[in-house]
Amino acid sequence: MKIHEYQAKEILRGFGVATPRGIACFSVNEAVEAAKKLGGDVWVVKAQIHAGGRGKGGGVKVAKSLEEVKQLAEKMLGMTLVTHQTGPRGQVVRRLLIEQGADIRKEFYIGVTVDRTSRSVCLLASSEGGMDIEEVAARTPERIHKVFIDPVAGLTGQDADDIARRIGIMEPVVGDAAKLLQALYRAFDSIDASLVEINPLVLDAKNHVLALDAKMNFDDNALFRHPDIAALRDLDEEDPAEIEAAEHGLSYISLDGNIGCLVNGAGLAMATMDIIKLYGGNPANFLDVGGGATADKVAEAFKLMLRNPQLQAILVNIFGGIMKCDVIAEGIVAAAREVKLNVPLVVRLEGTNVDLGKNILAESGLPIIPAANMADAAEKAVTAARGSA
Amino acid sequence: MSILVNRNTRIMTQGITGKTGQFHTRMCRDYANGKDCFVAGVNPKRAGEDFEGIPVFATVKEAKEATGATVSIIYVPPPFAAAAIDEAVDAELDLVICITEGIPVRDMIRTSYRMRGRKTRLIGPNCPGIITPDEIKIGIMPGYIHKKGRIGVVSRSGTLTYEAVAQLMEQGLGQSTCIGIGGDPVNGLRHLDVMKLFNDDDETDAVLMVGEIGGSDEEDCARWARDNIKKPLVGFIAGVTAPQGKRMGHAGAVISGGKGTAQEKLAVMEECGIKVTRNPAEMGKLLKSVLR
Repeated sequence: MKIHEYQAKEILRGFGVATPRGIACFSVNEAVEAAKKLGGDVWVVKAQIHAGGRGKGGGVKVAKSLEEVKQLAEKMLGMTLVTHQTGPRGQVVRRLLIEQGADIRKEFYIGVTVDRTSRSVCLLASSEGGMDIEEVAARTPERIHKVFIDPVAGLTGQDADDIARRIGIMEPVVGDAAKLLQALYRAFDSIDASLVEINPLVLDAKNHVLALDAKMNFDDNALFRHPDIAALRDLDEEDPAEIEAAEHGLSYISLDGNIGCLVNGAGLAMATMDIIKLYGGNPANFLDVGGGATADKVAEAFKLMLRNPQLQAILVNIFGGIMKCDVIAEGIVAAAREVKLNVPLVVRLEGTNVDLGKNILAESGLPIIPAANMADAAEKAVTAARGSA
Repeated sequence: MSILVNRNTRIMTQGITGKTGQFHTRMCRDYANGKDCFVAGVNPKRAGEDFEGIPVFATVKEAKEATGATVSIIYVPPPFAAAAIDEAVDAELDLVICITEGIPVRDMIRTSYRMRGRKTRLIGPNCPGIITPDEIKIGIMPGYIHKKGRIGVVSRSGTLTYEAVAQLMEQGLGQSTCIGIGGDPVNGLRHLDVMKLFNDDDETDAVLMVGEIGGSDEEDCARWARDNIKKPLVGFIAGVTAPQGKRMGHAGAVISGGKGTAQEKLAVMEECGIKVTRNPAEMGKLLKSVLR
């Protein structure tokens, strides 16, 4: 799960991380009032969406008067912000963060993430603040410094000092920076984050170390123990189809093709998308109905796919193990009767109770195109999608 | 031989009294030599009872001492599953297979840390388990699709592994052992660890490796195999069409910061001399084609 910058900063302040003063706003009036309340003569108007690259996309602007705050807020609220992380469709801006301007002397990059290879949490730091860290990693990997953190000891003062020095933080503020790094790790660890990114961390004219930006993602598997964080979820930032799927216990991801896929198991679901592409088609979605799918769940999955206006064909690929093919077949028949099936349907069943399943489909009288194996299924689905397009 | 488990393995089930634990314990017990192999269950609240004749103990340690079981399978719910692994590690079992999906990463990081330098091996979590066909099944895979043979299978997925096994069977190829190492970002045995075991196993002639997007397990395994593998190895990677930044069902199946793509994995595998297919319908055929 992702949260907004202003929410991440609020959490981090709770752990003792300094940030610029700021107020979250939902309207132009609120934005102007926020600027007045913050005082000063320079503000930053920041679009709040769940994607990075906002600055380049025009979602972060400096205002030098209240009138300018108003104009920027008017422009940004409701605009569709396109960044390299939003995809071409972009994301509508519904919230703003108004912050006091900071007098920046130097910028750094700090990230905390899970390193799969070492099975530990890793703190990354770089002198190249404000840059895309992937670019830094590709061009000048020697400028990224890493500490792998012992989960029992945490980020030690010694390690925090070392890494602060290595990225070029000046001696008088090394202690402050180290404390901030330790606070970041404590936050990451105690609220089950999967990513904390401060880009940039800045040193201002008064030698204060501040988190100028903050990005925070969470481990969905751990949200059960953080109801306060789960409550920060912003459904406006998510795909409605994916939200609905999750409510039915389905794992669904929208893609931009026209062949819907319904599969059991994540690996097989990905392989099904891949084989559709290999045979010249384009998958419309990833959909894993899971191991314990019922006929109802399958019916819901069908309704979800059929709501996609791009859809030209559906491919069902089931390898029954614990999940039985006859259960899937019943779900398909029930769904086809309930909603109007207006695209060709190719079904490949294999595994537990496969014959029972095939009989149910054959006897249903539905115009189902049976497939003998994955390759046959993909070929038929691609042909069918072309035919109905 | 097979790797890790065979007909002589003795197993306890942690979480034997839950719905999933009961269902799969029955299925495992009814497969091949399962009746002799599944000798104990663990549930601190139900100690002294039995599950269809299998005695239930309060702790892993007690179950091990009373029955000689050295392997455990875990169906404990996600909030408690890492602690269940810890208990098995502390009792010095040889092998733990954790089926549970949805364990917080933070818990697995701590559990992995505890396991450093200990003898216990972990398969999973979020995996289908391990099967040595016609001898023993410790997991949730459908047993009947397998047959004893000489091909090793290692995979991060469940149903895609069944698909791979079915394709091998179509080619008339049975399996020595099939292992699902699981779809989580922080797990136990990796492709590389399993590959070393298959490499040293006299009864495995060739290996099929099924990977997916996320992490660098497949690349690490490929680089080792380039200089060390003594037998034919072929591979498939799922997720060529997966978009960046999205978790594809498995918690660990995600391309982040342009890293962990299927294209990159396939390229490294090919560079290391591993034959790969981009067609998931041709895993079996490819394996057959490299047999000497």
